[in-house]
Amino acid sequence: MRLLAQIRKELLSLLRDPKTRMALIGPPLMQLLIFSMAMTLEVRHASVAMLDDDGGRASYELTEDLRAASFVDEVLLVDSPAHMREALDERRVLLGLHVPSDFSARLARGEPATVQVIADGRRANTAQVAVQYVSQVVAPAGGVVAVRHWFNPNLHYTWFVVPSLAGLLVMFSSLVVTSLSIARERELGTFDQLLVSPAQPLEIIVGKSIPALIVGSALGSVMIAAAFFVFGVPFSGNLGLLFASLLVFVLAIIGIGLTISSICKTQQQAILGAFATGVPLVLISGFATPVENMPRWLQLVAQASPLKHFLIVIQGSFMKGFTAQEVFANTWPMLIIAAFTLTVAVIFVRSNLE
Amino acid sequence: MNALVREGARLAGLVRKESLQVVRDPSTLLIAFVLPALLLFLFSVAVSLDLEKVPIGVVLETDAPAAQELAAAFAATRYFKVHPARDRREVEGLLVAGDVRGMVVIDQEFERRLETGRWESLVQVITDGSQPNTASFVRGYAEGVVQHWMAGRRAEVAAPGPQAGRVVLEPRFWYNPEIESRRFLIPGALAIVMTIIGTMLTALVLAREWERGTMEALMSTPASIVELLFGKLFPYFVLGLAATVGCALLAIHAFDVPLRGSWLALMTLSCVFLVPALGQGLLISALAKNQFVASQIALFSGFLPAFILSGFLFEIASMPPFIRAITRVVPARYFVSSLQTVFLAGDVWSEFLPDMGAMLAIGAVFFVLTARNTRKSLD
Repeated sequence: MRLLAQIRKELLSLLRDPKTRMALIGPPLMQLLIFSMAMTLEVRHASVAMLDDDGGRASYELTEDLRAASFVDEVLLVDSPAHMREALDERRVLLGLHVPSDFSARLARGEPATVQVIADGRRANTAQVAVQYVSQVVAPAGGVVAVRHWFNPNLHYTWFVVPSLAGLLVMFSSLVVTSLSIARERELGTFDQLLVSPAQPLEIIVGKSIPALIVGSALGSVMIAAAFFVFGVPFSGNLGLLFASLLVFVLAIIGIGLTISSICKTQQQAILGAFATGVPLVLISGFATPVENMPRWLQLVAQASPLKHFLIVIQGSFMKGFTAQEVFANTWPMLIIAAFTLTVAVIFVRSNLE
Repeated sequence: MNALVREGARLAGLVRKESLQVVRDPSTLLIAFVLPALLLFLFSVAVSLDLEKVPIGVVLETDAPAAQELAAAFAATRYFKVHPARDRREVEGLLVAGDVRGMVVIDQEFERRLETGRWESLVQVITDGSQPNTASFVRGYAEGVVQHWMAGRRAEVAAPGPQAGRVVLEPRFWYNPEIESRRFLIPGALAIVMTIIGTMLTALVLAREWERGTMEALMSTPASIVELLFGKLFPYFVLGLAATVGCALLAIHAFDVPLRGSWLALMTLSCVFLVPALGQGLLISALAKNQFVASQIALFSGFLPAFILSGFLFEIASMPPFIRAITRVVPARYFVSSLQTVFLAGDVWSEFLPDMGAMLAIGAVFFVLTARNTRKSLD
């Protein structure tokens, strides 16, 4: 009974203020919409500079092929290396192509001809993709390899990004809510009242966890629904399993948040602490770049990030038709993180009593 | 004259008081110095866009010598870490679990197709499309390995083959010839660090003052609103610049990022960026007047856009027009591109000046909006 009343009170204090309510639900959903469209590693609307020392038919055809290529918006004709340098320096173009004066003549003789491609190394990642596209334009691939992409045949980037973003946004929202919870009471002085009340440290932690669990999993569910209905990401796994895994994930985040909250004296410290923990957790989770690219020791550290495990589950549930076995294989590490961090939080709260 | 001295003293007093408050809180120092160092470190080690040793399965369904040669070619390249197998079912499970990112199948028909000259679909490549970026990488390099192997074979046995492309591209990457992603990620990370200090920290600290009513109390003192804001913001300005210097030194000496431009340009850009960053923090605090709401807004309008909409990880030109329009009001966008230039290319003032103009303009809008809001709230 006492516990129920406490949970009710916590939920109310979280959802009473309309501004707070808005801040909980509005921005994450907006971000899901905007960021999912922004996060693409394809290259489109590129500008290319062309320095043509040849002026023959073959170089003219090359220019026209580039103009027609779907990733190119503009081909900027330059008349000297200095102009090309300027265009690259000022980022007006991503690539510069330098066609040598013997280009057409060599091709006419049946010899191979070289085109120098100068790429902007400040955007090396994009530029590398663009160089690949250009090589497709000058020499279409022979087709010695039959390629099939499983799980996502047309390599839609949104299929990958939207479920991952859902995990990331749920994590940040839950983390901030819980890390503030104890710290806010401490700042307002009500935490001492809670400590002298008959509530046990365990009850305090449970009372703080349940409302955050409700908010976090509700937000997660809305985003999963949005991924399916708004973004059209096909769902091939088991919804019940995914939801169970989501609960464990949010619980692990709550454990981290409450641990932070129990050692912080003010809300400011709590938010900054949540931030200083959350950002590294995202960076090692494989959200931006695959975990397997990281050095070995960091891959081990990455096991401690609940987001790393949840990303595998949510991506797998959407695209790979994960079964109970695969979901469980990636959920138990989160269960351990949750158990560990929640225990630590209880211990920290108890140490306040002494 | 006397009045001027008195005002100067008052301003100095304000700045001193606010600075003490900043320095006294350990969480501020954590955010200004420890987190940036950690971020730079993670960006140099964890966030690598340079794919290497991608795990793939190579399924050899035949014992033909040519097939074994090709499998060996896959094992030899540094781009793949090969898990050899005899049965494709073995690898399929690994692909679902995400333990490998692709599968190359060399089937029983391989040798016959090779000899009869039917090169289409000589081998099959199956990728893990759930990671689209890695999937296209696996596809591209698998094609490369097969083509390279066939070219070598042709040279050896003078066998006929598909005609090679006659135009040869010779790519060169200016500013970053080794194509190391940390060279352009670390300058971008600097913009993120500055956003955290300028926008997040400022929004939080000032929201607390609104929450507690100390802001209103200060406004009723003889200090003018401009003086007050100057006093409040100045310490964060200095903190932001100090963090820039610290990060830049770390980037250059610990993470091997060259500074090809000048310190003057770097510091000028940083000073200019702090105007919209602080302005945004101030505006958020004035609108939210509550630490929780302020932190959420700062996170979603400051930090995450600096991460995702600034061109730091994702190319702006490739985004849909509507999103490209939004990026124009993200100050970090201008800062990231100028920072990458000042570190990797040099002082290109023809790029810096428009970028700085845009940052100042956005900053001015933030300050005007704040001024309007505060005046109203006092009436």
